[in-house]
Order: sequence, then C-alpha cells, then structure tokens
Amino acid sequence: MSAGTFLGVILVIGLVLLGAYLSMTAGRLDHLHRRIDSSRLLLDAQLLRRSSVALELASGHLLDPAASLVLASAAHHARTSADLTDDEHALAESDLTAALMAALDPDDLALAKEAPDGPETLEELEAACRRVQLTRRFHNDAVRACRQLRRQRMVRLFGLAGHTPWPEGWEMDDSMPEGLPVR
Amino acid sequence: MKVGLVCPYSWDVPGGVRSHVADLAVALSDHGHDVSVLAPVDDPADLPSWVADGGRPTAVRYNGSVARLSFGVKATRRVRGWIRDGDFDIVHVHEPVAPSLSILALWVARGPLVATWHSSHDRSRIMSAGYYIGQTAMEKVRGRIAVSEDARRTMVAHLGGDAVLIPNGVRVSAFASTERLPELGAPRPRILFLGRMDEPRKGLSVLFDALPAVLQAVPDLEVLVAGPGDVDDAREGLAPECQEAVTFLGFISDEDKARALRSVDVYVAPHTGGESFGIVLVEAMAAQAAVLASDLPAFRRVLEDGRSGLLFPNQDSAALAMSLIALLQDSGLRAGYVAEADRRVREFDWDRVVDEVIAVYESVRAPDEKVTEDLRGQLVGRLAGRSDAP
Repeated sequence: MSAGTFLGVILVIGLVLLGAYLSMTAGRLDHLHRRIDSSRLLLDAQLLRRSSVALELASGHLLDPAASLVLASAAHHARTSADLTDDEHALAESDLTAALMAALDPDDLALAKEAPDGPETLEELEAACRRVQLTRRFHNDAVRACRQLRRQRMVRLFGLAGHTPWPEGWEMDDSMPEGLPVR
Repeated sequence: MKVGLVCPYSWDVPGGVRSHVADLAVALSDHGHDVSVLAPVDDPADLPSWVADGGRPTAVRYNGSVARLSFGVKATRRVRGWIRDGDFDIVHVHEPVAPSLSILALWVARGPLVATWHSSHDRSRIMSAGYYIGQTAMEKVRGRIAVSEDARRTMVAHLGGDAVLIPNGVRVSAFASTERLPELGAPRPRILFLGRMDEPRKGLSVLFDALPAVLQAVPDLEVLVAGPGDVDDAREGLAPECQEAVTFLGFISDEDKARALRSVDVYVAPHTGGESFGIVLVEAMAAQAAVLASDLPAFRRVLEDGRSGLLFPNQDSAALAMSLIALLQDSGLRAGYVAEADRRVREFDWDRVVDEVIAVYESVRAPDEKVTEDLRGQLVGRLAGRSDAP
C-alpha cells in the first residue's frame, strides 16, 4: 500500500467518524428541542390551570370582596397575557403569585379553611401551584441542557442547531402561600 | 397510569434502592396505577407478577463495592422488549448512574422519562464530561428526583440544573403491625439504641453516661443496643452497676429492627451530628415507641421542635437522663407523644409521598403521551428506524 492510499484510507475513516458524530449530535439536539417544546406546553397548561383555580377562588365566598377583586384581576390579566410576549406573560404570572400571597396570608387562610368547600378549593390551588413549580423547573432543566450542548464548538462550527432560536428559560416567581392544605 | 419502574440492582439482594422501588410499586398500585418493575433477577422462580425479569446480574466492582448489575447485549434486548411491550405512560428509572438496566432503559426509550437519584457518589465515571453515551441518555430525563439533599448535590454537581427533593417514604402500617422481638423475657421497661457502637456521632457514650442516674430511678430498666461494633469495647464505656441492664443485640436485619422498635417504650437517639434526615426517628414513631432525641436540626424538624417527641440538648447526658426518667415513669406522658407521633408519621408515609411522585409524573407527560422505543441517536438504530419513522 502506497503512502497515498494509506492517507486516503485514514481520511475516509476520519470522515465517517465525523459524520457519525455529527449525525448523533444532531439527533441529541433535535431531541432536546422537542423536549423543550413539550415541557413548555406542559408549563403553559399548568399556568392556565393555576389562573383558573385562582379565578374560582376569587368568585367564591372564601375571601373578602377586596381580596377577591385583586385576585380576579390578577388571574384575568395572567390569562390574557398568554397571547403577549413571554416576558410580559411571565411578569403577569408573577403578579398573580403576588396576588395569591397577599390574598391568602395566614389569617385569611385560616378563615378560608373553615368555610364550606374551602378545603377542596385550597387543595386544588395547592396542587396547581405545585405543578407550576414542577413544570417550570423541568422546562428550565431542558433549556439548560440544550444551551449546554449548543455552546459546544462542533455544534456551532457545523451549525447543527439550524435556525432554531436560542432557547430561553421561564423566569417567574412561582412561590405559593404557606400553609395550603395538601390533598 | 401505566408505570414502568427500573431497579438497577439485583432484586434478590436486600438494599436501599431495591426496597424503595418495591415500596413505591406497592404504593402506586394502591393508588390504582398499573405497575411493572424491571430488575436484574437471579432466581425467576417465585417472582411477584409485577416484576419483570431483567436477566441474571453479574457481580462487578463498582464505586468501591461489589454490586450485582445487568448489562450487555442481552440485557439491552430485554430492556428494549420490556419498553416495547409495556406500553407505558411513564418510565421511572432509579439510580441512573449505576451501569445497569436504568441507564439502558434511558438509552432505548423516549417519551415521559423520570429518574431518581439515591446515593451521593463523589465521582461517577458515567457522568464525567465527555462521556457521550451517558449524556445522551441522561438528556432524555424530563423530571429528576433526589431522595436526599446529598443525592441532590451529587446530581447537580454532575449534570447542573436541579432536582425535586422527595424523601423516602416509610411504610407506617407495616411498622405498626410488626410483632415484638420473641427472645425478650417478661415485660419490663425497655429502651433501644440503634447504630454503630464505635461511631462517636451515633452517641452511644452519651447514653451510657446517663445510665447510672436512670437506673437509680428505674432499676428494672432493660437497655437494648443494636448495631455493629465490638461488644467488649462498648462494655468498657459502661459503669459497673449498669452492665447487667444492657443487652447487646449486635447487627440486626431490617425486620428485626422493626421488631426491636416495637418492643420498647422509648427509642433514644443520642446522635451528636452527621444526620441529614432522621428516617430512623420516623420508623420509631411508626412503631409506636416514644422518641427521645438530641436536638440536632434534622431531629428538631422531624419531631416538630419537640411536639411529637422529646428533645434534649446535644451531648448533655444529665439532660438525657432527666428526660428519660420522666418518660419511663409517666406512661401518660409517653402516650401523649405517641399520639402526636401517630399524626406526624402520616406525613412521611408512602401513601403521602407517592402523591408527590405522581405530581412529577403528571408534570412531564402530555395527555395521551406514551413511552416508546428510541431508535434515534444510535447509529444502527437510526438506519433501522428510517423505515418506520413518521
């Protein structure tokens, strides 16, 4: 075998390995992008559920009229913001969190628990808030993993991410009022 | 939901991860879910119907100890078949860094995948940067759970991101219905210490220093000491007048631990540090022993600052003695703590813990979504998968 053929063989093997690597990495990236899409859908669904429960809470007899009004307006704003930009939507959801915290301080909570069908509504709220926390965390985990891969040199060099926009996490205050009953 | 659980360690060998998986499977079934567990199995003869045989495990040295794991082509084929036939809504793997069925399941499946981290290894080769296959598999995990703060730290150090903390559950009803130790004699006041005798942080010496005063007030007291360590060395730390009152049980099984807890009036936890959760306190409470513990942060948390059990200042033998005498002489006081503990332990019951796990399942899965075989990202799989790709 001449030196030329030998180099040729090395080159071909190298190209095959590179191709395999790129193909596998593209597969990983594709999977991560899908994972982000699906985690985002799940987060949106849980945000919607939380604002529904908040509206339900505001329209019941569990809170005083003023607190009801504050909560209803925040919940309504959060729902309608879903059509705006992500930043505006996230801000509205954080405002809803603030409204929930304000409307359900320990004294209000103690009273609401006494009311008929109070515990059920509050349990529902607890479940909704907890799922917002979970879906948000899982979404941001997916975003973080994807960003990490997209920062790699080979991925950038070969443009493996294509035109998919740079993934953004979902930043909001997702705390929940303390002392909500658990189902 | 149809839930598939994957245990990386042999089903025939008792262990923390294995019993976690078994308890979780039972709790999920009790909640009306359809569960299948995949685990390495030595003897498939008398497997429960809900355990799938993941193949014979091989004993290998891994992470400093010998573990019984399954891997290789045959194991991969079994995992693939289990995923394909299982039609699962969720696949939940345990200890995904162990080189066994868990990581294989992540490798061959796609969809709603959840993983629980159990132990806190300082170093895990499978996760070290550049381990391409490990990363590819780990990236598919949509929801991560850690059973302890330590496990969570380990996971974060390896992968970044975060995990949801869901501690181990305790099977409260199983503890409450356990029988007493058969070898114990006539009824008399009894207390129990659990833990390595020669590990200072378990605090056996704090208890021994308190015994002379306690025995003066309660002369017929029997002190049970259960845990590994040299009995002669331990006896040296014991005052001469107390030698007769102490019975050394040596190392005991989990079943005997439950029996021992059921057999005593008071469980004493004189730990001086190093406890991050205090699950043994919960077990003692579930076994309806009154609990007397040092005021470590973890113990304060479990005992609600002394509401569901009595606390004494850490390393203070005199205070321990006083509290212990009060508990032993006043059955009403004991009953009060046992009643509070009975309420408290429900929060640690698997029945409650499983709700948190289900919340995670629901947070990673779109309605109607299923776990399917993943043929992408694998060179051969990609070629083979072309034909049935949508």
